[in-house]
Amino acid sequence: MLSRTAENLFWIARYSERAETVARLLEVGARNALIPRTGGGFRNEWESILQASGTTDGFAARYGDPVQRNIESYLFFDLENPTSIAACVSQARENGRIVRTALTSQVWDALNTGFQDLKELRRTERSKLAINDLIDWTIRHCAMLRGAIEDTQLRNDGYCFLHLGYALERADATARLLDVKYYVLLPQVDYVGSGLDNYQWRTILRAMSAQRAFNWAYGGELTPAKIADFLILNRKSPRALITSVEDAADHLDRQARGYGQVGQAQSRARALVAELAEARVEDIFDEGLHEFLTRFIDEIAALAGVIHHAYLSGEAR
Amino acid sequence: MTGAGGGQAHFNEMFQGDAVRAPYAGLEHWAREMPVELRSLKQSEAEALFRRIGITFAVYGEGGDPDRLIPFDMFPRVFSASEWLKLERGIKQRARALNAFLMDIYSRGEIVKAGRIPADLVYRNEAFERAVMGTAPPRGVFSHIVGIDLVRTGPDEFFVLEDNCRTPSGVSYMLENREIMMRMFPGLFQENRIAPVESYPALLKRTLASVAPKKCEGEPVVAILTPGHFNSAYYEHSFLADMMGVELVEAADLFVEGDFCWMRTTQGPRRVDVIYRRIDDAYIDPLCFRPDSMLGVPGLMNVYRSGGVTLASAPGAGVADDKAIYIYVPEMIRFYLGEEPILKNVPTWQCAKADDLAHVLDNLADLVVKEVHGSGGYGMLVGPASSTAQVAAFADKIRETPENYIAQPTLALSTCPSFVEEGIAPRHVDLRPYCLVGERIELVPGGLTRVALTEGSLVVNSSQGGGVKDTWVLAE
Repeated sequence: MLSRTAENLFWIARYSERAETVARLLEVGARNALIPRTGGGFRNEWESILQASGTTDGFAARYGDPVQRNIESYLFFDLENPTSIAACVSQARENGRIVRTALTSQVWDALNTGFQDLKELRRTERSKLAINDLIDWTIRHCAMLRGAIEDTQLRNDGYCFLHLGYALERADATARLLDVKYYVLLPQVDYVGSGLDNYQWRTILRAMSAQRAFNWAYGGELTPAKIADFLILNRKSPRALITSVEDAADHLDRQARGYGQVGQAQSRARALVAELAEARVEDIFDEGLHEFLTRFIDEIAALAGVIHHAYLSGEAR
Repeated sequence: MTGAGGGQAHFNEMFQGDAVRAPYAGLEHWAREMPVELRSLKQSEAEALFRRIGITFAVYGEGGDPDRLIPFDMFPRVFSASEWLKLERGIKQRARALNAFLMDIYSRGEIVKAGRIPADLVYRNEAFERAVMGTAPPRGVFSHIVGIDLVRTGPDEFFVLEDNCRTPSGVSYMLENREIMMRMFPGLFQENRIAPVESYPALLKRTLASVAPKKCEGEPVVAILTPGHFNSAYYEHSFLADMMGVELVEAADLFVEGDFCWMRTTQGPRRVDVIYRRIDDAYIDPLCFRPDSMLGVPGLMNVYRSGGVTLASAPGAGVADDKAIYIYVPEMIRFYLGEEPILKNVPTWQCAKADDLAHVLDNLADLVVKEVHGSGGYGMLVGPASSTAQVAAFADKIRETPENYIAQPTLALSTCPSFVEEGIAPRHVDLRPYCLVGERIELVPGGLTRVALTEGSLVVNSSQGGGVKDTWVLAE
């Protein structure tokens, strides 16, 4: 497969996963805005949501104060914002258009239909669009694409590159989300684990669409340790760091078998899986959650770099 | 219908008076009985299909929506088996002669020595490529895909409007128009015996593989070279790559090492034997053609000349489809093949010649004037459809650089019934079949019919508001 084709496939998945992440963030924000604060007024999670999507500065430069309506526009419609849902859906489709030949017609259809819907949405008057509908639409579009990939794509190297994109993006998104919540909202050490305000933690679960799953898996009271365990170390959780990293490692191994060549990417991914498999949540809290997550985010970026060099750059010999 | 024809009667391909011509017999009932609601339903269904497939068209330099659709007219255009047989012979004859001409002018230049074509027109032609002088491409083929634009003026009157020897586009519309018609009106295809066109991609691949260079070992690796996804014909490039099962590459995916051209893959370099390039000569190799250009594959021309890779079409093939050379194609057919041309040329005046120029300027209001090197329907004048002021302004342009223009009589282009807002009405059509030249010369029974959807208009270019139709050739 052409290296450029592999790269486009990788980015189709990354952009689509990114759109979904932003949609989940919007969902959390929209919901929190409806919950009254004990001290009066309403809770405002918008700042941390901008932070989690890495768009605080971009937003401030464009709009100033974080007003809900502006944030919604910025995160959904604004093409100037490279991580807006509109930008991600368009980019995913553009990457797909470039490698049309490597996609089944169903996958292309999913990408293209999403893009055409989006154009329609952009033409619609904003007052006629409920944010919840936009969120649902995004999640449905991403699910459609993923379903089409699973159902119809050949299980060849291209399929692996799509999965690598999904896995790395998801690992990165989960880590960042956890980090923002931990670091920004609970800075004092004595506050952590106090169980006083499990609302913050519930928000994290909600952002991962994992609230009910968590209840089934753990039951009982919400504690930071349980949540960290669920989102970092529990293989049953579809968005856990270990699940994403293992998915990446599996697809890299598959690639290595297909190509008959093992390299740095494989060993690096396996080392990361091994570390997470052996880790206990206490170890992570000992290291410091923020320190651990920062290190993890760097590791994921390094892994992406190695994959790029090995397969996507065209420098392979 | 009135207008551009200057009052001449136009040949209607379906109706002669009240009688329906035989090839269209199977469509009369269908068209007459179709309720208006069903028609608009089908029309929007067709549009939705085109959009979903992603077959869109961007017009160079016009900006706007890059995802614009070319209007699709559901009323098919039909040829009988015997009509097609004659066209097929004529097209293949022309494709053979054009290739013989290219082979000749890049080697011994017999036709010039024999005085049948002026040397200046060939060797001073902008499209003449000195860099390939003396090279003989595999099987002596320079132009592997020849698109010949035809118009019709009567039951038995066909004229060649121009030849396209470089990279004629539009074949994806031929294939997709058929797919969509079959999906929307399966009944029509059960009732009429319509020759299929779907073998085109397989034939194209076989043609390209048949011109693999001598140094190629084993199954030839074919790739399509595209300028990239911003190009207006990108859809077609990726469609053809997909249908043939070959890689679609950009120049940056290719590099030259040793005596060969390679593509960058996830498993390391892979050798490419045949490149169906959809880029202009100037962008093939910056070392050879455009030192100022960042585009292209450095060193590719050396590999080509030493027989390490085949380029289709070969660099330099453009001379043969130059509008100034066009005039001499019938002469080529006689010279190389010893045959009489089966398809006629449109009589053409060369403004470079004083006598012709005088005639053109005197009769400008009745003529069609084209730029010699222009394409796409830009920079042309359709005299009868233009105002006196426009004609006068164009006359000034011709006087300034007469050698840049040729002129032809305004042909009474045939019409085919088309679905328009008011119902069904005749609209002018042309035809572009795609002839494949490799080990054998192949032509699928069909082509791209372009239709001028504006009443009376004779300009069918999609960049000028033209649409497309499915083109049927009836089996015997």
